[in-house]
Amino acid sequence: MKAARVACLTNFTAVIAAACLLADCGGSGSHTNTIIPPGTNVMAISVNGGAAGNYANGVFTSVTVCIPSTTNCQTISSVLVDTGSYGLRLLSSAGGGALTLSLPTQAGPIGQCGLFVDGYTWGPVATADIQMASEKANGVPVQIIDSTFSTVPTACNNAGGGVEMDDLHSLGANGILGVGPFLQDCGSACTATGSSNPGLYYNCASAPCQVTAQPLAQQVSNPVGFFATDNNGVIVELPAVASAAASISGSLVFGIGTQTNNGLRTATVFPLDSNGFTTSFHNVSYPAFIDSGSNGLFFLDSTTTSIPVCSDNSFYCPSGNTSLSAIIVSGGARETVMFAVQNADNLFSVANVNVFPGLAAPNPGTFDWGLPFFFGRNVFTAIESRSTPGGTGPYWAF
Amino acid sequence: MKSRGGGIAVIFCVLLWDLNCLAALGGDVSSVQSDALHLQGTLRVTPNALYALHEIETPTGIQVREYVSPAGKVFAVAWQGPWRPDLHQLLGSYFVPFQQAARASKQRPGRAPLSIHQANLFVEHSGQMRFFRGRAYLSDEFPAGVKAESIR
Repeated sequence: MKAARVACLTNFTAVIAAACLLADCGGSGSHTNTIIPPGTNVMAISVNGGAAGNYANGVFTSVTVCIPSTTNCQTISSVLVDTGSYGLRLLSSAGGGALTLSLPTQAGPIGQCGLFVDGYTWGPVATADIQMASEKANGVPVQIIDSTFSTVPTACNNAGGGVEMDDLHSLGANGILGVGPFLQDCGSACTATGSSNPGLYYNCASAPCQVTAQPLAQQVSNPVGFFATDNNGVIVELPAVASAAASISGSLVFGIGTQTNNGLRTATVFPLDSNGFTTSFHNVSYPAFIDSGSNGLFFLDSTTTSIPVCSDNSFYCPSGNTSLSAIIVSGGARETVMFAVQNADNLFSVANVNVFPGLAAPNPGTFDWGLPFFFGRNVFTAIESRSTPGGTGPYWAF
Repeated sequence: MKSRGGGIAVIFCVLLWDLNCLAALGGDVSSVQSDALHLQGTLRVTPNALYALHEIETPTGIQVREYVSPAGKVFAVAWQGPWRPDLHQLLGSYFVPFQQAARASKQRPGRAPLSIHQANLFVEHSGQMRFFRGRAYLSDEFPAGVKAESIR
């Protein structure tokens, strides 16, 4: 019964999407959006539970990785598409480890501490040729996540809260594809010597590894920036989801305004500059960000939203569907966003469901527009210093 | 008596610009385990009616705020910046309980902000790569009149 209803909704969404393709709906203000089918600059993505089987609200793709300048390649599945990080990181065990462990590591060797909101990744920096759709990124610094690569530096473990993500269980994916609005995972700060270096890169010639200055060109990097064309950003396109579902499919489109299929159209541009990217709720402004790698809508607290939390204090657990609105603001750009919160305990009580449009949790003082924000809304991420028809990145647009 | 001791410590810090005047969460400001020294930061202390706010700006651009009660105890810390701070230093004896709770916090796999609530310990961590902010506090150590909303 439940499965049948989900199937019907999925079909319904597909029909609407098809109708919009024909009628050129544009999507502004409605809950439908155009999803470009896979092609030369378009890669298939899916919210399907991933390799772990039960990842909630994770959007995954397959990435082909090659030993540089060879045809020795392997396609790694269930890689998380993350607009909130930078660079490709693969578990050393991904795909059986045949290729990941054969990639040449940077001389040193260089170890890296990848900082995420809920933990860290540790392992060597290697170089790979990466193919996504028909686009190629050659000689890209990537991270191989491998806890057996030297001892994790104490500073890395301390900054990462002692939560190492080093296997399928802890990472929930075979890897993370960081396609956010910056080119590198650190930037100029990591090129410095002395106390201003944040300590993300280490020389591991001898134990223990020592913090080292890492040139920009050798930092773990957003592979989209390495493409010959379509290298100024990405669009994540996922269908609207009326209620929790087993899986949905969409597209990761490369380039903004570089082809006939990746124009901004009616999207509003929200620059990421010193003005700040904020969200206003009940007339109070809060720092905010958009992040396909966050698996829910994470915002404010129970007192401010009047939404109760679940008995284990994790997610929001309203008694029924709760509709809310907030205003996303950056500089002169403003857009009202309608969204809904559902009872997480009820959502998680149904088996084989991985797509949750109403999954939300407290995040005091901040708005984290995670994956549910992307459902039914094409979200553009423009890369720093790259020009687009909507201006120079970095920016988000939707 | 306790209140006066805290005030003297604050004045001492201001006068000497002493980087040894901070402690980890739950620590005693006069017992001096130095976060500022460890973080190689510059320190500014601002007393108010309810607590003393110790602000550190590290050379890597992380802003750390430590909230010290009139009794001289660090009851909260907050941080913001492009990187994550040394949480072992900031959380002190609460680092291991935090670490264990963080590892056990996921009902299902999924990248998400952290919200740890164990007895009197609250730790919240938000953001994304190159932008993080968080706070930790001991709910039973708040001086009278202080609310969690003040910690940020």
